[in-house]
Amino acid sequence: MDGIHDMGGMHGFGPIEREKDEPPFHADWERRMLGISLAVPFVVPITDDHLRREVERIAPEPYLRMSYYERWLEAMVSLLEERGVADGSAAFGPAVAADAVPAAIAGGFPLRLPDKEGRAARFKPGQRVRGRNMHPDGHTRLPRYARGRVGTIETDLGVFGLPDANAAGRAPEPQHCYTVAFTLRELWGDSASAIDTLRLDLWDEYLEPA
Amino acid sequence: MHDSHHDDHPDDDVAMRVRALEDLLVARGLVDRAAIDAFVDAYENRIGPRNGARVVARAWSDPGFRKRLLADAPRAIAELGLGGLQGEQLVVLENNDAVHNMVVCTLCSCYPWPVLGLPPVWYKSAPYRSRAVSDPRGVLREFGVEVPVDREVRIWDSSAEIRYMVLPQRPRGSDSLDEAALAALVTRDGMIGTALV
Repeated sequence: MDGIHDMGGMHGFGPIEREKDEPPFHADWERRMLGISLAVPFVVPITDDHLRREVERIAPEPYLRMSYYERWLEAMVSLLEERGVADGSAAFGPAVAADAVPAAIAGGFPLRLPDKEGRAARFKPGQRVRGRNMHPDGHTRLPRYARGRVGTIETDLGVFGLPDANAAGRAPEPQHCYTVAFTLRELWGDSASAIDTLRLDLWDEYLEPA
Repeated sequence: MHDSHHDDHPDDDVAMRVRALEDLLVARGLVDRAAIDAFVDAYENRIGPRNGARVVARAWSDPGFRKRLLADAPRAIAELGLGGLQGEQLVVLENNDAVHNMVVCTLCSCYPWPVLGLPPVWYKSAPYRSRAVSDPRGVLREFGVEVPVDREVRIWDSSAEIRYMVLPQRPRGSDSLDEAALAALVTRDGMIGTALV
């Protein structure tokens, strides 16, 4: 989605404001929002792809006005409505128990899939590739600044589910994801430094041979 | 724990909505308040940049560990009892005289939680996300860091499933320091790449 969240390369946001000795949370409701966001996906089928899709659906003006955890609140409420939790039409459970939390954190949600579950890799390290010119109105992880730009496959990271499909609720589309190297000159033109570079991890179908 | 008396921000409305959401989820049996407390306690008190500093200090002190860390970071940090959520696929990037690495997530906020904890507000903010990829040296200058012109600045836009942590260069003159003293030198920003150590 070509939304306000896709910020790479934009101008006009001003200086980076840093807080000295910043605490992890700035209000108690932020604590509760973090805890809710971590606890719910153990019970209700909500993934980071779904949460990102909902955050990205927030219109530009409120997106920029909202704090980070306020966006999480918007996204979570919207997903719980979609899943039928808000009106009680769907039942899930049981809740993750407090004594299960350390193991839940330590286990995480590993996302890499066995290679055989994905379609064959179309690219190899060293190969020149171009970011596709695509503008889906749903969630994608191909930032605008890399579309139409040429880079080099550096690493094949293995097979991961395509976020675009997961976020849209389509059948999984597991495929290879690669670290792609771009020069800053390719991305931003001659005013960029000649020796600086960028790495971006891109799924197979975001790329075409160059 | 569940008391918001010090929340005198203009976001009282948001605080009320979060409270209402929590109450609803508890009533539906989807969330246990004590589990929320446990998640918060973990990220407020146990999982933060001091974990990453231990990893860096170990890598500076133990060449074998450094090698394992660069080859397979999740397995290496497990030796220190670290790992899990938002670090399942962790990659460590080593700074040296030729390359200075710096990490951003332009699309949102991807960050290596097991080693750095929750990201600071500036990391998730529009000014950093917009400019880190197009003007990294300008951003670094805002942080007071001047990277030599003949050293490559390498930006990692970590917007997919890998989480990245920077292994800073060991400061000169630190040869006599033990691991604990080395860890005390390491900053969160050094492991994002917006500081040298």
